[in-house]
Amino acid sequence: MKGREATTPGWLGILPGTALVVLFLIPFGIMLAVSVAQRETGGFYQWGFDLSGYQRFLSAFFGGVLLTSVGIAAGTAAIAVALALPFTVILAGLSRRTQTAILVVLLSVLSLSEVIVGFSVSTLLSQTAGVGNILAWLGLTAEARAYTPSLFALMTGLTYLSFPYAVLVLYPPVARLDPELAQAARTMGASPLRTFFSVTMPLLRAPLLGALILVFVFALGSYLLPQVLGRPEHWTLSVHITDQAIYQSNLPFAAAMAAFLLLVALAMVGVALLLAREKGDRA
Amino acid sequence: MTSRLGRAYVALVLILLALPILVVTGVSLNGGQALRFPPQDPSFRWYGELFRAADWLGPLKNSLVIAAVASLISVAVALPLALHAWGRGGWLSRVLYTLGVAPFMLPPVITALGFLVFWVALGMYGQMAATILSHGIFLVTLPLVTISLGLRAIDPALLEAARTMGATRGQVLRTVVLPLVLPYVVSGYAFAFVLSLNEYIIAYMVAGFTVETLPIKIFNSLRYGYTPIMGVVSVLFVLLAVLVYGTIGVFGNLPRLMGADRVEDR
Repeated sequence: MKGREATTPGWLGILPGTALVVLFLIPFGIMLAVSVAQRETGGFYQWGFDLSGYQRFLSAFFGGVLLTSVGIAAGTAAIAVALALPFTVILAGLSRRTQTAILVVLLSVLSLSEVIVGFSVSTLLSQTAGVGNILAWLGLTAEARAYTPSLFALMTGLTYLSFPYAVLVLYPPVARLDPELAQAARTMGASPLRTFFSVTMPLLRAPLLGALILVFVFALGSYLLPQVLGRPEHWTLSVHITDQAIYQSNLPFAAAMAAFLLLVALAMVGVALLLAREKGDRA
Repeated sequence: MTSRLGRAYVALVLILLALPILVVTGVSLNGGQALRFPPQDPSFRWYGELFRAADWLGPLKNSLVIAAVASLISVAVALPLALHAWGRGGWLSRVLYTLGVAPFMLPPVITALGFLVFWVALGMYGQMAATILSHGIFLVTLPLVTISLGLRAIDPALLEAARTMGATRGQVLRTVVLPLVLPYVVSGYAFAFVLSLNEYIIAYMVAGFTVETLPIKIFNSLRYGYTPIMGVVSVLFVLLAVLVYGTIGVFGNLPRLMGADRVEDR
């Protein structure tokens, strides 16, 4: 549509532009301002330039929280993507009907509230209604026991929540892969597994890395599962941000932590998007 | 081409995904207070309870109102933005588009805290309008992505034909473009609706103590012990999601909506 009137009138962008700037950028700006505000005991805060919120990052407590969050999120990303990659490759080769049905299941699980996933997984791992019960009934364990709260329960819940996300992130690049490449390998006598590892995997290196990062950021944002399924030592940065903001009434410190998380997430998402673009250029 | 082993793997994963939901469904059918699986003296008692018990009916209404209005706001922001980006391009459109997609890429707690300080500054902290507007902006991403996809699928020849026959810009938009993207607008609304219903942290940070939504209610009740009614809400939410996505899957092309370019119509 070059050299002629654009398809849409120019004023059309004003409404969404204003809405996003006012309701999205300004809140972030205020948050950054609050992160350097002075904390007032009992109340909220007073504007100022106080870096004590950021200084607390250097404490051993904060270091521990950060390490826990990163460890849990990285573990989740690795497990979810490892499970999702073969799943997605097989999914993309199925008929459209089957693909649609499986996508409906994945989307439904993905949009489930963290509260509901937490409740479901903790019920599944509980003493009276779940795995413990079944194992005892089978005679594998002496008596039914609960497997929650624990790190295992938390990782199960996070993987449950992240797996559909990982599949949906991997789905476009995998579906775009030329099926003839794998077919050619198979015709020349390569086994399905060998084809997967020597043809499919290398083609997907960039999307895989991108998916790992996106799932990592996704898991980093989990807030309820650590509280429902984990123990206090498994609380992530997201939990501590809310805890500081709501229960400790320390908005400046909460905002400083959020600003830090924002920087980390932005940098990582940026890298992931670059990886996706690079791939798109080559294709 | 897909080996039997591969199909077995997919089936196994799907069973694992269904397992917690299966257990929760069983739990929701318990006749008594206790969460037992398999359920004891099964009945639908707690399903009625959700719509009778005042302390659950309030959150249910809140959730539905918030989701219905917030998704409308999302679409109202996303539709002109998608049209603008599609029709004009340029760096400003790209910046706006990125802004629209950003809330979804970041850990939601950041957005939630941003909204918290924003509404505190405006004096609207704790009001339902704040929750609705926050959800509306947070969920813009979904209709934005679906509508943009729909616009990109429009054959330029159609627009050309309409123009050649003398249609003005407004007429082309109204009579050609909008009807073609309408299904994508509707699916965008549906996506946003389901996600708003399930959203916890923003609703909690913005007005968690005054405007209780169903997820907040469930989480608050978890502390005082589990009741089958939580299972009921979970089952209903799962059913609603399956219904919405299933409808989109039947009438639309879900694989394409999720980014697959070459799905054969088999």
